Amino acid sequence: MAKKVLEVKNLSVSFHTFGGEVQAVRDVNFDVHERETLAIVGESGSGKSVTVQSVMQLIDMPPGEFKSGEVLLEGEDLIQKTAKQMEGIRGKEMGMIFQDPMTSLNPTMKIGRQITEGLIKHQGLSKTEAKKRGIDLLKLVGIPNPERRIDQYPHEFSGGMRQRAIIAIALSCNPRMLIADEPTTALDVTIQAQILDLLRDIQEETNTAIVLITHDLGVVANAASRVAVMYGGKIVETGTVDEIFYDAKHPYTWGLLGSMPKLHAETEELHSIPGTPPDLKDPPKGCPFAARCPYAMKVCENNMPDYTENSPTHKAACWLQDERAPKVEPPEDVLAGGAKQS
Amino acid sequence: MSQSQLNQTDFEPIEYEAAEAEKISGQSTSYWKDAWRRFRKNKLALASIIVIILLGLMAAFGTVLSGQNYFDNDLISANKPVSGGHWFGTDNLGRDIFARTWYGARISLFIGLSAAFIDLVIGVIWGSVSGYVGGKVDEYMMRIADILTGVPYLLVVVLLTVIMPRGLWSIIIAMTITGWINMARIVRGEVYRLKTEEYVMAAKSLGAKATRIMWKHLIPNMLGPIIVTLTLTIPNAIFTEAFLSFLGLGVPQPQASWGTMTSDALDSLRYYPYQLLFPAFFICLTMLAFNVIGDGLRDALDPKDRS
Amino acid sequence: MKHEKLLEINDLKKHFKVSGGQRLKAVDGITFDIFKGETFGLVGESGCGKSTAGRTIMRLYEATDGDVVFKNNRVHDKKNKKELKQLNQEMQMIFQDPYASLNPRMTVTDIIAEGLDVHGLIKSKKDRQARVDELLDTVGLNKEHGNRYPHEFSGGQRQRIGIARALAVDPEFIVADEPISALDVSIQAQVVNLMRELQEEHDLTYLFIAHDLSMVRHISDRVGVMYLGNMMEIAASDELYEKPLHPYTQVLLSAVPLPDPQLERGRERIEITGELPSPIDPPSGCVFRTRCPFATSICGEVEPVFQEYEEKHWVACHMYDKRFTDYFSQEETASNQRT
Repeated sequence: MAKKVLEVKNLSVSFHTFGGEVQAVRDVNFDVHERETLAIVGESGSGKSVTVQSVMQLIDMPPGEFKSGEVLLEGEDLIQKTAKQMEGIRGKEMGMIFQDPMTSLNPTMKIGRQITEGLIKHQGLSKTEAKKRGIDLLKLVGIPNPERRIDQYPHEFSGGMRQRAIIAIALSCNPRMLIADEPTTALDVTIQAQILDLLRDIQEETNTAIVLITHDLGVVANAASRVAVMYGGKIVETGTVDEIFYDAKHPYTWGLLGSMPKLHAETEELHSIPGTPPDLKDPPKGCPFAARCPYAMKVCENNMPDYTENSPTHKAACWLQDERAPKVEPPEDVLAGGAKQS
Repeated sequence: MSQSQLNQTDFEPIEYEAAEAEKISGQSTSYWKDAWRRFRKNKLALASIIVIILLGLMAAFGTVLSGQNYFDNDLISANKPVSGGHWFGTDNLGRDIFARTWYGARISLFIGLSAAFIDLVIGVIWGSVSGYVGGKVDEYMMRIADILTGVPYLLVVVLLTVIMPRGLWSIIIAMTITGWINMARIVRGEVYRLKTEEYVMAAKSLGAKATRIMWKHLIPNMLGPIIVTLTLTIPNAIFTEAFLSFLGLGVPQPQASWGTMTSDALDSLRYYPYQLLFPAFFICLTMLAFNVIGDGLRDALDPKDRS
Repeated sequence: MKHEKLLEINDLKKHFKVSGGQRLKAVDGITFDIFKGETFGLVGESGCGKSTAGRTIMRLYEATDGDVVFKNNRVHDKKNKKELKQLNQEMQMIFQDPYASLNPRMTVTDIIAEGLDVHGLIKSKKDRQARVDELLDTVGLNKEHGNRYPHEFSGGQRQRIGIARALAVDPEFIVADEPISALDVSIQAQVVNLMRELQEEHDLTYLFIAHDLSMVRHISDRVGVMYLGNMMEIAASDELYEKPLHPYTQVLLSAVPLPDPQLERGRERIEITGELPSPIDPPSGCVFRTRCPFATSICGEVEPVFQEYEEKHWVACHMYDKRFTDYFSQEETASNQRT
């Protein structure tokens, strides 16, 4: 069993706003192992970004507040760390890649300097050593002419190349874990394909654990080994990527899978999920998905379902899994592999 | 909630209401309500509003309070200090300073507010047209503004007072010759920023004319910076009036403004400091209050806060 | 089915002047028809000019060259006020960013009724409100929502307000410019289903501009693929996705990740090299040749002709041009047609 790199236990994070306390993350548990990519899937308001930002300790407190939980990076609780200690960890043990390549890079600093900064600070390399390593990293991420490019500014790079540069920066100190928050959402599909391939190659070489946040199920199928589905601040289902696509148990997961048109086959009607996500200032007492779930039962409104284990890797939190519940099959065509082949 | 507390009936399906799912909870909040809420938290700004209101009330009714008027000469009572009969003392012609202060308040505030308002109207129109039309029109309009900025301000004012009869309106016109330029620049900047917004393009695709776009789409979204600029123009105008009065270009006697009162009292500063103190204090207080309100408004109306 | 032509776009060009006297060739000569009642999908990656094309067709931008004929009426001709108004009513647009396409200071009612107000279509206040209520209902929102402001709604709801706004004037043709890109996946499905419903009820014709290939396949009858201002291929939706002819289309389709892990694992991607060239100085001949796996010498010398290679399947590529078969080895052509 591969080593656990990250363990998140009972994490709850809230924000204090004018309108009240927004419970963005409610009792979230997951872990990530070496050489594994965990995809966290969810829509806006699901809490996926806040979860990951909490792991990186990037939330302003106030208005944010850690209500409970532990975030263990190779056994050490990050919540207990001071800001200064976290600075030493971010960039060194944890690399981060965000959605918008343009705003993640300092437009007034040469790319080379942005890469070597971390190397000099965290690994104590000299300027020349750092520059050489920087060039190697640019080569690693597939940027042509790295010797010339390292002295250029971000605006001289295209979108795809900027994202590669960011990956280079994130990898520079050989982190144990990479956190990528929607890294390809702003990129064209051909560039996205290249970036996903790149991440996979790097993972194979360095055994890094990757946490990938996305709302695109295609990206999940391509890049992830395990998946956690979030809704309303909670994880409603986790499993291996095959289990989620071919044997999902939670109606929200069915809804997500059903709303995606299949490129490789005809789709008759898209199964949409009516309504909008719940208001987290006043979260529902029971299952957060109950208001929009076509299979909701009385018990769902007031009681939060426990996780039912379908396999050692596959858990879903849904009252339909209870033996007293009626047996429900997912709608036709929803689970992958069940699509009509033309 | 333990499993054992649930029974079979709990597992019956419930009816699903599509309309329920679309309901928006919470009260309707508009941009202004949010802004007011933020403004309220700024105690200093709230205090300043009260100060301005009080000043306004005193300007309107102050002269009645003391029973004196602002122009009666009473040379016997000249240069008397603060006393029961003259709450702010008397000036060198025996006139009651208290009454003159509040009469002067009217003049100064009127000049300040009028000039600011005229600046507002000219500035908004100039800036909107220049920014919206863009191209050569924008270039020429802004060059005109730049040239006017370059003209020595005092020269213009002196020339105007030579040509026009001395009085309230000459001062106001002199001040507004170049006062609108700042507002015009800010409005033009905002228009440039907003005219590429998608809702403007949507309005165009619906067939909206330029005037409708400016009035319904651009200006309402610029009100924040416009109001802030207006609030900060007022103290400028009040100070400029005082400054002009100092140069002898203010309202003629026996009319008084805070500026002329301060100017007149300069000579007797050593012996009768209160004559200068009162008008100067009120100039400062008014300017401070408007500046604090302007800052408070800027924070409250900050367009970056979209939540 | 539907064979009446609603729009004819002929060699449409839109160039922008940039500093230094150069021209940015955003749209550089596209030709195609749109038939009444159909949904025509226009896809391409960033910089291909599809958004500019949509806006030029609507006359939000003036065309640099070429023309757009809408119901036998040339859109870009000089028009008087009355004619322009008429055109406005018949062609409407839905915008990409639901957060930016609604005026934050206007109530939903005013936003939806703007078209009615501008064209003076409804005089009485009561009738105006009734029409707005009807439209709100059509898009699945409640009457009470009319008094609220855009920031109180979710992205999907805002987009539906945008749709209601476009529908208010009873248009025939709607250009939807990336209407779902900014929305969550399950909400995308909501909006797309709504658009399909409305199309049937109101006999609408759509130009659906998007970069999400799966969604475009699902909603479109025919699809056009653009690259760097040029139209590369047009075919019926299923035909394009199952038998893509143009190398760029093939590259594009192979890059889209499929929501099916087993299929993904077994796939082989067609690699694309290089960077997107600048639209200020596009490559000579075929603009795609700098990145095309099959490019040969002829591709840099002669611009490909956009021709009907198979019935109702148009492509601009020398590999399908009988004049140039000698330039491409038999092998290449065969393997290309197989993928």
